[in-house]
Amino acid sequence: MIKVYVSSVIDAPADAVWAEIRDFNGLPKWTPFVAESRIEGGLAADKVGCIRNFRLKDGGMIREQLLTLSDYDFQCTYSILESPMGVENYVSTLKLTPVTDGNRTFAEWWAEFDCAPEREGELAQNIGQGVFQVGLDALKGMFQR
Amino acid sequence: MIRVTRSAIIDAPIARVWAVLRDFNSHTAWHPAVAESEIEGGDPSDQVGCVRRFSLRDGNLIREQLLALSDEEHLSTYCILDATLPMRRYVATVQLKRVTDGERTFWHWQSTFDVPRGREREFEQLVGGGVYEGGFEGLRAYLRRGGDRASVGRAAPSGPPAAAMPAHAVFVESFGGPDVLRYRRHDAAAPGPGEVRIRQTAVGVNYIDVYIRAGHYRMLEPPAPLGMEAAGEVLDVGDHVSHLLPGDRVAYACPPPGAYASVRTLGAGQVVVLPEHVGDETAAAIMLKGMTAEYLLHRTHRIRAGDTVLVHAAAGGVGLFLCQWARALGARVLGTVSTEDKARLARANGCEAPIVAPTYRFAEGVRQATAGRGADVIFDGLGEAAAEENLEALAVCGHWVSYGQATGPLAAIAAERLTAKSATLSRPVLFHYTERPAALAEMAGRVFAALRDGVLRVDVRHRYPLAAAAEAHRELEARRTTGPLLLLP
Repeated sequence: MIKVYVSSVIDAPADAVWAEIRDFNGLPKWTPFVAESRIEGGLAADKVGCIRNFRLKDGGMIREQLLTLSDYDFQCTYSILESPMGVENYVSTLKLTPVTDGNRTFAEWWAEFDCAPEREGELAQNIGQGVFQVGLDALKGMFQR
Repeated sequence: MIRVTRSAIIDAPIARVWAVLRDFNSHTAWHPAVAESEIEGGDPSDQVGCVRRFSLRDGNLIREQLLALSDEEHLSTYCILDATLPMRRYVATVQLKRVTDGERTFWHWQSTFDVPRGREREFEQLVGGGVYEGGFEGLRAYLRRGGDRASVGRAAPSGPPAAAMPAHAVFVESFGGPDVLRYRRHDAAAPGPGEVRIRQTAVGVNYIDVYIRAGHYRMLEPPAPLGMEAAGEVLDVGDHVSHLLPGDRVAYACPPPGAYASVRTLGAGQVVVLPEHVGDETAAAIMLKGMTAEYLLHRTHRIRAGDTVLVHAAAGGVGLFLCQWARALGARVLGTVSTEDKARLARANGCEAPIVAPTYRFAEGVRQATAGRGADVIFDGLGEAAAEENLEALAVCGHWVSYGQATGPLAAIAAERLTAKSATLSRPVLFHYTERPAALAEMAGRVFAALRDGVLRVDVRHRYPLAAAAEAHRELEARRTTGPLLLLP
């Protein structure tokens, strides 16, 4: 089991950032790497248990299931059901915490998963820097004051 | 019950903030509201269960007990046992979290307690504002004056100006060969506004230093000290510098030249704090070359899995990083090298097909390795001697990225020449990509993460005393070195 953890500071109030990311079907709106997304079975995107089925701009298809959605803790947890990445038991959380000093947001995004030992470094890099950091950078860009 | 929550970002690595906060008796040193404090019974101040008895500057007395301390979660929980204030059932938790893009710290401070009816607002303000927000500011000031590093924190930004410090540097006496380099006394001025003074422990040698020494890049007027890259420890900072503290381990790769020095004073804007897992020598070896690889592979030409990449000087400083990183990004990596030994080294670093081309004849080798298709992108630090072969080795719609000129500046190329393959030619420079502090932090962060994840590996084989810089240049120019070269002050 390896853990990847990335965090950053976004220059906007946490409720404003949360409004952007709580939509489980909204990856194409705020990440630069997702081309299109839909929720399977026509369920609402904030129904816990729903599955998002999305396509990356490089062509890969991923299915992820919503495990936790908390408007109280500004937290979203999901697992990967299918992906081309070669990971197993993948569970990831995106969580926001208000920074009262300056009315900003502390954003954390982490994942735990299993993979072949020789791919650990590469996957940690691709997921941590290629996905999470890029996503947080996109949010920082959207909320530049 | 009242719940009070305050949080802040502290511009210091988590290890440094936690070292102060985990000490249950440290608050007299940094909290402006605390007058005197002691741990009862002489217990260690990190022993769970210990009791601190302290007085506030307004005269109130408080006894608090440490209930939980976690070095893993950077968490401390404590409660009030007795106080001359009407607070009951007060339990507070301090927790720190790492801000991974930029070596900063998120500090969360929360408590619940009861007060007499009607005084809730007053106490919310007292605890949240006076104690927690006052504490944030107090700790920031304490770190700024190096209070936690008693041995280094000599000059507070607002204190009297510190004197120039005796130091040595390597000067370019006039443009020319390695012999124009002179090691001599060069004192480091006290940092002015926006500046930092660094005791340097390792200095990186780069090919750009050779270009500048030879007069190809007019980035200095002799006599002046050379060098773009170093790592070390912050001695002191000037006014208006908020992201660096005395005692921080730092590194930089930026103009103006002057890094070949034992102590250096320079603008703080391009200086970044090093994470714990990056040593000084590693940093001095990788800042310029690693950030060069970062922008080449992620910005100038965003590598996609399956791209065929040709890396010139694949066993050189930047070349090895390009091979390692491009491979990890899923590219197929070809390379050129001058000897069989270097071919072995390149192969061990992710270069699938190193082509030994001491006279820069490699286009045929590239064609063979790609079934005639050519390379999608060429990362070219060679310059003129490889120009014609580059055009031949490029695939249709390929991208020729010329980022250096080890064999001499590129002659004019008619735009027409690119038409034959719908080719793109880029001539990028690192310092344009690092100009914005946010971009610099992002690039350095990505390099440090790649080091931590084992994607980039640094093997320093060539170390020279600072005074022997001329010798280092001779070896580099004679192509007798592989990987990074360091000067040690």
